[in-house]
Amino acid sequence: MKSIDPRISQKIAFSLLFLATLFVLVPVGLIVLVIIKNGLGAITWEFLTTAPRNGMREGGILPAIVGTSCLVVGAMSVAIPLGVLSAIYLNEYARKNFLTRVIKLAIINLAGIPSVVYGLFGMGLFVIFLKFGASILAGALTLAIMNLPVIITATREALAGVPQSFREVSLSLGASKWQTIRHVVLPNAIPGILTGIILEISRAAGETAPILFTVAAFYLPGLPTSVFDQVMALPMHLYAISTQIPNIGLDVRYATALVLLGLVFGVNSIATIIRAKLRRKKAW
Amino acid sequence: MAIIEVNDLNLYYGNFQALRGVNLSIEEKKITALIGPSGCGKSTLLRTFNRMNDLIEEVVITGKVIIDEVDIYHPKTNLIKLRKKVGMVFQRPNPFPFSIFENIVFGIRIHHVHPEDGFEHVVETCLKEVLLWDELKDKLHTSALKLSLEQQQRLCIARLLPLKPEILLMDEPCSALDPVSTQRIEELMQGLKRDYTIVIVTHNMQQAARISEETGFMLLGELIEFRDTATMFTRPKDKRTQDYITGRFG
Repeated sequence: MKSIDPRISQKIAFSLLFLATLFVLVPVGLIVLVIIKNGLGAITWEFLTTAPRNGMREGGILPAIVGTSCLVVGAMSVAIPLGVLSAIYLNEYARKNFLTRVIKLAIINLAGIPSVVYGLFGMGLFVIFLKFGASILAGALTLAIMNLPVIITATREALAGVPQSFREVSLSLGASKWQTIRHVVLPNAIPGILTGIILEISRAAGETAPILFTVAAFYLPGLPTSVFDQVMALPMHLYAISTQIPNIGLDVRYATALVLLGLVFGVNSIATIIRAKLRRKKAW
Repeated sequence: MAIIEVNDLNLYYGNFQALRGVNLSIEEKKITALIGPSGCGKSTLLRTFNRMNDLIEEVVITGKVIIDEVDIYHPKTNLIKLRKKVGMVFQRPNPFPFSIFENIVFGIRIHHVHPEDGFEHVVETCLKEVLLWDELKDKLHTSALKLSLEQQQRLCIARLLPLKPEILLMDEPCSALDPVSTQRIEELMQGLKRDYTIVIVTHNMQQAARISEETGFMLLGELIEFRDTATMFTRPKDKRTQDYITGRFG
């Protein structure tokens, strides 16, 4: 059989890889462009700072912005500590045996469960059984549970990526295991942990199904006063104005999507900058 | 005076016996070298002196290691105290990815020691001891990873000193270095033995002959021969030692 000239096969491989990347980037770019083009015109100060009026056809989306912000902050303040601590336990303390491998596999599988299942679980546990009612608390906890698997997995990977020799040296200098984790392992794992957190902030802000049964209100012009209040949320609001309300301006829908995108992008940018700063320090 | 006494030490990694009935006594403020072919157990033996083998699961140890008249494998041994007293330098220079300054004070920071003359003074003293002060005094707050390998290895030695150790264990400390750097680290060791007991594992027989007062030859987990270096390299008692040092195997 005649073999292909390596210079030609190199060109073919390069073209295929480049095209694959292009095919991935083009739809993403188009989505963002279309949303900006159609939505930017409707974003005004009033749109961002007032409640909806006239059956949500007019006015702004402030309650939804506040609601989604509350849910993201609430979900993260539960999921980050719980996820990071359990990942530390699993990676640094738990013995490497059959049981921990099963647990690891189970956690990875949990990340693949459809979000509507988390929503139903959250309703059953928090709304009904623990009697939180449809509330920020129930919604944030449900989102937190949905976020945990990815945060745990990302943190474990980040911890496992810290060279074993750092742990050895630290212990050989008389540091305890916890001091070693606290002063040597964690600082070097933070960039990887942040990657997991960034992914999950986007999901917490964007998912609709988990909040559908646990917190999201269809129309609630006031702002929440306690964690037991219901709130509006951006993804739910977007769904509502896109499918449930006739005669609403297209630009309002796109503007709502743009705000949601902007919110996620803003939070992610902050985390990405922190990560880049931390990464510059490490170079092993 | 003997600072380390090893009595009938056996060590098993699961089913594999890595040390077989080792008996040994190491003198204070001398350099003792452990030589032998790869896999003979010399690094394993070294790591029993600060209990670094404890980190590996399924290690079983029988026998005694007595340091400063204390049995370090007694269940009540304070590992933190032991490792302050017995410092270790590893094969690859492994500074933390922090600044030079933070590397040196890491030990006293985690042990909550507050030096009377301040951290700066400790850093200066320790860097002077490893002859790095003049080179590095102006860049103490740059990353330790930017140093050359030799400087990194010196820094790793300096990092042990704030804890005021008595024994320095060195596990092939020069194997990642070029010959000139190796020579300079050896000179440093000669200076350090005034204050510290040094045990060095090396696969380089010439190095053992150059720097050590006493040498132990190990083979397949056994300590075959242990005596003063001069005699060891000129008139070894055991046939196997002779074969190894004359280059017939290993």
